[in-house]
Amino acid sequence: MSESKQTYLSIENLTKHFGEFVAVRELSLEIYDGEFICFLGPSGCGKTTLLRAIAGLDPQSSGSITQAGKNISNLPPAERDFGIVFQSYALFPNLTVFQNIAYGLENQRLPKAEIRKRVTDLLELVGMPEQTAKYPAQLSGGEQQRVALSRALATSPGLLLLDEPLSALDARVRAALRQEIRALHDRLGVTTILVTHDQEEALSMADRIVVMNHGRIEQVGTPEEIYSTPASPFVADFIGVMNFMYGEISSSGTVRIGNNSIECETVNIPEGRKVRLTVRPEDILCRADSASDQSVSANSFSVKVESLEFLGSFCRLILSGPEGFGKLKADLSTQQVHDLKVIPDVTLTAEFPSRNLRIFPESS
Amino acid sequence: MSSVATLPASTASVRIRISKDDILLRTGLVLLIGLLLLAVVFPLYTLLSKSFEDRDGEFVGLQNFREYFETPALFTSITNSLGVAISVALIVLVLAFVYAYALTRTKMPFRGLFRGIALIPILAPSLLAAISLIYWFGNQGVLKSWLFGASIYGPIGVIMASCFWVFPHALMILITALSTADARLYEAAEALRTPKWRVFWTVTLPGAKYGILSTGFIVFTLVITDFGVPKVIGGRFNVLATDVYKQVVGQQNFEMGAVVSLVLLLPALVAFIADRWVQRKQVAMLSARAVPFQPKSDPLRDRLLFVFCSIIAFIFIAMLAMAAYASFVTFWPYNLSLTLNNYDFDLMDGGGWEAYYNSIRLAIYCAVFGSGLIFLGSYLVEKARGVTWLRTILHLGAMLPLAVPGLVLGIAYIFFFNHPDNPLGFLYGTMGILVICTIVHFYTVSHLTCLTALKQLDPEFEAVSLSLKTPVWRTFRKVSLPVCLPSLLDVASYLFLNAMTTVSAVVFLYSPETMLASVAVLNMDDAGDIAPAAAMALMIVYTSAIFRMFHSLLVRTLNRRTQVWRQK
Repeated sequence: MSESKQTYLSIENLTKHFGEFVAVRELSLEIYDGEFICFLGPSGCGKTTLLRAIAGLDPQSSGSITQAGKNISNLPPAERDFGIVFQSYALFPNLTVFQNIAYGLENQRLPKAEIRKRVTDLLELVGMPEQTAKYPAQLSGGEQQRVALSRALATSPGLLLLDEPLSALDARVRAALRQEIRALHDRLGVTTILVTHDQEEALSMADRIVVMNHGRIEQVGTPEEIYSTPASPFVADFIGVMNFMYGEISSSGTVRIGNNSIECETVNIPEGRKVRLTVRPEDILCRADSASDQSVSANSFSVKVESLEFLGSFCRLILSGPEGFGKLKADLSTQQVHDLKVIPDVTLTAEFPSRNLRIFPESS
Repeated sequence: MSSVATLPASTASVRIRISKDDILLRTGLVLLIGLLLLAVVFPLYTLLSKSFEDRDGEFVGLQNFREYFETPALFTSITNSLGVAISVALIVLVLAFVYAYALTRTKMPFRGLFRGIALIPILAPSLLAAISLIYWFGNQGVLKSWLFGASIYGPIGVIMASCFWVFPHALMILITALSTADARLYEAAEALRTPKWRVFWTVTLPGAKYGILSTGFIVFTLVITDFGVPKVIGGRFNVLATDVYKQVVGQQNFEMGAVVSLVLLLPALVAFIADRWVQRKQVAMLSARAVPFQPKSDPLRDRLLFVFCSIIAFIFIAMLAMAAYASFVTFWPYNLSLTLNNYDFDLMDGGGWEAYYNSIRLAIYCAVFGSGLIFLGSYLVEKARGVTWLRTILHLGAMLPLAVPGLVLGIAYIFFFNHPDNPLGFLYGTMGILVICTIVHFYTVSHLTCLTALKQLDPEFEAVSLSLKTPVWRTFRKVSLPVCLPSLLDVASYLFLNAMTTVSAVVFLYSPETMLASVAVLNMDDAGDIAPAAAMALMIVYTSAIFRMFHSLLVRTLNRRTQVWRQK
């Protein structure tokens, strides 16, 4: 993200509790003008609560929200500036597509012709021209969500809130709509917040991702940052697939796991500290086993193939490593699996390149 | 991120400014709660305090209750009432279950017709069955000998007539309970080669368990609180409901009337609480994945059930037909020539045709104002934002009338509205108090119907409207109301029919100017004008039937016009 971006929405020290349960805890966040941001996390992490606080639907217990320079913390939802799309679409079932989209416009007392033009333009934009007279029940899920999106955008809000908008759709429609929503955002430039528990959705759509857990922010960053440099074991585990190995720092730059040593960047963690070492399955390099190899290459170990799972473009191997490594997942291209003649019980050499290892000190 | 495990110190907790919408909704809530306080809570409180007072209004503690329990004649009414209510509950439960089973789980022919016939009693006041039984088995009854010397005037008559008029109420709940079956369970049972009787005991009955229990409680309450039937056919067999009437109307002993109605309130309250408890236990039997059960034909079973249903349906028609026939007879049983004289109500004591028109007026007012008010109330309970406690209070207030028998409500109204210090006293003796009392009497079921309809709306409609800066009343008018219209019409129809047939609450509240048809039936029967009583009861049946037809026609037209969106 370029630093020149202006802050559009700023959340300070926001807390929301329901009785004793704290859903969002002292959370602060800046969202830039025109940005597409995702709140990502497991269910119950507080992402929807945060979204509803921003909308004013379930006001926060304490903390403040500033939108476009104006403190909106105490405003009722109707006096805030946002459009919202829900997982259930929440289209008015007894109104046609046209009436649904025009719903907010009619309230602004715009001339009929202008409303008609705006609705037609919006339907054009979402690729559904000439469906104005249909009722929601006559549309597919994907079409309904497009109408819901048009309805939310009709009044040209400064902020678009999307609450798990794609979760109710089947995989193929979901993927297509992902692209469309992102393209729509790029075209309109409206600041957009997407709440999702689907990491793929977040990675493919967002400018920045806010990973949340237990009502707190775990990490804020671009999809690449989140994926390749997770800030905590939670993020490492939640985003993508991750192997965890448990050991301790034996000296600066070396971690001991069982009887083996692995070289990696140990940052400034003191010697003797217990750590978690992480590596992605695609970052484990597998070669045919040869005794000489292991002595020359650093971080290479003999591993046994326990099983393999065919996943289309690649295979996932379950490996049992040396003592202390536990079971590891490694991804190999189908070609490699073929070349290395991988079958269960074969022994391979697995290399753990230092640059792909990340280390997290265990909380003592 | 800080890692404090405690609640963050509440630094200047946030209060959202109240919007115009919120003011509107909250005002509505407060107003409706006020109305329910006036129309339910205060009257009941007055009744309660009356039972602790003597004739001069002095507090006498439990004196009245002691007196009551020391009067053997009054005390036997308790056992009489319980005995009748329990017998009817058991008999109707068995008969209605088999009938409902035949309608929902078999390929028996004429199921629609049988269903229609069994629902007939809903169109009539409970008195009709009693009157008809008098013609069949009474002193000059056609089939008097069938009773082998036993008298129809007493528990036998009360039980038989009660079974007739509560049957459709039981049937409707059981049909609902038996309709929601998951075909997969039956397929699984069949695949495991389970004998049919075992499938019935292990799948069918457990599936309908809560419906059966609920039916039992509701029938029990209906019977124990009904006073029309025992009044007409009970003879010297006293029950709680007739005691209340006698104490208040006969002896003008209001204090003792209050005591008896509290005694009557007790079993009704217990049944109400038990039913609520059962309802809460009831989880959705049908998951979204359930496959609807399609009954298969089984010639032997279907034939047996056909015979059973034919007998019941025949009895129902015989009950109605006898009353209809008798209403045209000149002088039973001596002159059986047909005449319309009995319909010349203006010549009899009992209010004349004016009573009939009053009933129609009452029914229309209840249908129009009642359904509007109740829908508004359920909307506020479901949709007002924030103020959960106000919504809960309103909901509890709406549930309360179900636990209060009509008789008790009627007496409570006398005490409350007839009190010299009550500024609302001007309502006493007017059509207004009849409308209020009837709406309140049937409030809960209507409230629950509206609530069910509203719960089917996406809860996010209001959030979307807020984001579109639309005032709440606009979304109410454009979306909530049109979508719930079919349910609203059902409620209006329910209120209309009940207002036409009800006796229990209004019998204490009518004045000479506001005499009602159902009360006229009672009074004419009391005066020995039994044929005109039958004629008036039939006028109610005809009117209700025509109204039902009109209602279904209206619903059909409306569906075609405004509910197009429901079609895929």
